[in-house]
Amino acid sequence: MIRSARRTRRTVQLAGAGVAALLALSACSSSSDPSTGSGASPAAGSSSSKLSGNITVFAAASLKESFTALGKEFERQHPGTGVTFSFGGSDSLAAGITGGAPADVFAAASPKTMAIVTGRKDAAGPPATFVRNQLEIATLPGNPHKVSSLKDLTRSGLKVVLCDRTVPCGAAAQKALAAGGLKLTPVSYEQDVKSALTKVELKEADAAVVYRTDVRAAGDTVEGVEFPESAKAVNDYPIALLKNAQNATTAKAFIDLVRSPEGQKVLTAAGFLKP
Amino acid sequence: MTSTDSSPAAARADRPRRGHPSRGAPLPLLVPALVGLAFLLLPLLALLVRAPWRSLPSELTSPEVWQALRLSLVTATLATAVSLALGVPLAWLLARTDFPGRALVRALVTLPLVLPPVVGGVALLLALGRNGVVGQWLDAWFGITLPFTTAGVVVAEAFVAMPFLVISVEGTLRAADPRFEEAATTLGASRFTAFRRVTLPLIAPGIAAGAVLAWARALGEFGATITFAGNFPGRTQTMPLAVYLALQNDPAAAIALSLVLLVVSVAVLAGLRDRWMTTS
Amino acid sequence: MTDLTGTAGRASAQKLGAPGLDARLVVDRGAFRLDVALTAAPGEVVALLGPNGAGKTTALRALAGLTPLSDGHLRLDGTDLDRTPPECRPVGVVFQDYLLFPHLSALDNVAFGPRCRGASKADARADAASWLERMGLAEHAAARPRRLSGGQAQRVALARALAIRPRLLLLDEPLAALDARTRLEVRGRLRHHLAAFEAVAVLVTHDPLDAMVLADRLVVVEDGAVVQEGVPAEIARRPRTDYIAQLVGLNLYRGRADGHTVRLEGGPSITTADALSGPVCVAFPPGAVTLYRERPLGSSARNLWACEVAGLESHGDQLRVDLVGELPLAADLTTVAAAELDLHPGAPVWATVKAAQTHAYPA
Repeated sequence: MIRSARRTRRTVQLAGAGVAALLALSACSSSSDPSTGSGASPAAGSSSSKLSGNITVFAAASLKESFTALGKEFERQHPGTGVTFSFGGSDSLAAGITGGAPADVFAAASPKTMAIVTGRKDAAGPPATFVRNQLEIATLPGNPHKVSSLKDLTRSGLKVVLCDRTVPCGAAAQKALAAGGLKLTPVSYEQDVKSALTKVELKEADAAVVYRTDVRAAGDTVEGVEFPESAKAVNDYPIALLKNAQNATTAKAFIDLVRSPEGQKVLTAAGFLKP
Repeated sequence: MTSTDSSPAAARADRPRRGHPSRGAPLPLLVPALVGLAFLLLPLLALLVRAPWRSLPSELTSPEVWQALRLSLVTATLATAVSLALGVPLAWLLARTDFPGRALVRALVTLPLVLPPVVGGVALLLALGRNGVVGQWLDAWFGITLPFTTAGVVVAEAFVAMPFLVISVEGTLRAADPRFEEAATTLGASRFTAFRRVTLPLIAPGIAAGAVLAWARALGEFGATITFAGNFPGRTQTMPLAVYLALQNDPAAAIALSLVLLVVSVAVLAGLRDRWMTTS
Repeated sequence: MTDLTGTAGRASAQKLGAPGLDARLVVDRGAFRLDVALTAAPGEVVALLGPNGAGKTTALRALAGLTPLSDGHLRLDGTDLDRTPPECRPVGVVFQDYLLFPHLSALDNVAFGPRCRGASKADARADAASWLERMGLAEHAAARPRRLSGGQAQRVALARALAIRPRLLLLDEPLAALDARTRLEVRGRLRHHLAAFEAVAVLVTHDPLDAMVLADRLVVVEDGAVVQEGVPAEIARRPRTDYIAQLVGLNLYRGRADGHTVRLEGGPSITTADALSGPVCVAFPPGAVTLYRERPLGSSARNLWACEVAGLESHGDQLRVDLVGELPLAADLTTVAAAELDLHPGAPVWATVKAAQTHAYPA
């Protein structure tokens, strides 16, 4: 009962998105083939009750656990569909998409990386923010160094790792440090958030500035410490349907699931904040 | 040397020398050879074609680039030195002695070749990290911690590069006539003296080739380095790390950096080749 | 082991503490076992002669310490060497293909030994220079081995081995790597150097001519064991095995003698000039054999056998005919004679040998 009602609502949204996509396509007319758009439109209308086919979702590495769960749920709700994920650094994924990788949906960890895709006109519509992520300090279990604030990380002798400023978690960390007027010299600028977390998990570093979701996913191997400056560096996660989507209808349905209350519940459980 | 002289001393010198004019390569060899060459060079060519030539000067004047390049050259050279110091004796052991489980040891030596470098980096952390199997004692007794240090970069690079040297030198040793060592022994040389004064000079070209391979591998090493030694400009950020991170938000800069790395390594390799490999 | 009838020179060397070589070399390698007794007095040149795979080189390696002894002993000038590592033995080796270090000049090759044995660099090089001088190679001192001719390389190798002033000089097939022309010259030179060498020299060869020219005494090794030893002339005259007989170019038969007749085991008889009794060997050179296509009626030869040509092989202007039949034998005749006889494989012939040309001796 409930599900069918929701589906109806989603169908309306879907149709709306399809129109929006159409408009977006015709707006940037020159290169894109309008037939693709017109072909997609009736498909969006007719398949409202019956979704099928496989889709490929490129998603930021931090979404791995929750998206995998959502993908299973989607396949359960829509028998005959299949969701394949490619998790990785948002930048690599964006580079892949602009390089022609076959993907239907892109969920990035920052608007900046999404902008790479939208900038190349590879998205089939404006991206929507579906979750936000906040920074947290990951310390060794039991917090032996008594880290309670971002300022504590600047103590000498403490080995701290940050993400490199070229990746979202690093940029966010710099923003938070700037907000607190702090200067922190880490032992390493890690290539991605998982590497930063691994250094703490292996006890090579005493602390790392990572996302809440990563601390949550790491379980008992690290301990999270929240800090107020993180509010200044909240990371928006945008999601978008891609222009080269092979299965736009199903892809849109998946995006809708992600943005639905049901999807949000899975995501918040993983430590994400609602947009 | 005359062609009628059939003594083995002369015959050995009759090995085909590089640079002989070929009598036209047969097509079944020529075609795949050219395809192979194109396959190897095309990506490099693409890099050149798409290089941001206009902004290149400004990309290259940043001190961070030179810092990373200098660090790369220094660490790759040190890693090669470490590989030589440990790898040549290891190659000798594998080639010239017989001990139980030698085949297994040889297989283990080549393990870093098949191990994804990132896994290699994690393994190094587990072994030599602050909390590692051996590393915790290094830390407790000598206050030495390798992760996040330049020494750590050298360790990571040597770990990945040394197998190339060992394999190359072992192959050369196997091909070298062990009786030269015996001849030296009968003249009063200890086994070590025989190795140092006879075997080593004989296999010098093989060692040089192995060292060049190891150096090149160390120079390009990324995964194990960033995992084990982290990434900090001037200390552990080598060129490949700088390239990778630049790629995250500035592909043009990454291409520029790659070009620098390419030009420098081609220059060094070509220079070494002229010096070492044509004297044999 | 075959009986070892010692010569006067060796008898003294066998005494413990006496100068020279006294060895029993046993090397067990599963399927192959070498067990060879070897003695030599200082100044004596002994040749180990035998077919390929007989164990000559293994014996040489054992003497040098490159192959460990499974059993036996090795004494040189009264000192036990069997546990001494090769680098500490006063043993010089000239390897078959010389093994000159290709990265060193002739001079440094020769200086290598003295240098390893503690001489200063300058002393070692001066010493090496004088050795090269003695070998007539002074002008090649700076040459790399690959620039030397085969004969020159051989002399450098000899100088290198002699430069460590060995009490035992080992030469492994010293002439095998040379072509026929240089061989003659090098053999003469080597003979001169070996004659001048005051300690024991042991050379390994499969060439009887080299052995006979160079060595004072031959030790014939087959299948890891000594089958005969003695001075070259003696061995050439009285070979004890088919191998030696073939080496020295003799037809050899074993049988039981009764006066002038030797009855061969399961074969015909041979009439000999020597009168013996008991087990004997009968030998005669292939040149003593005369061949006929028709049975000779007027021939005075008492040894007449019906044979068949099995093979023909030319040696210069001579033709070696391999015969099977009543008595397998080798016959030498001129190519002209062979043409007149119209010899070809399968051709039936009659072979005769004059009794005066046979040589019988106790086996």
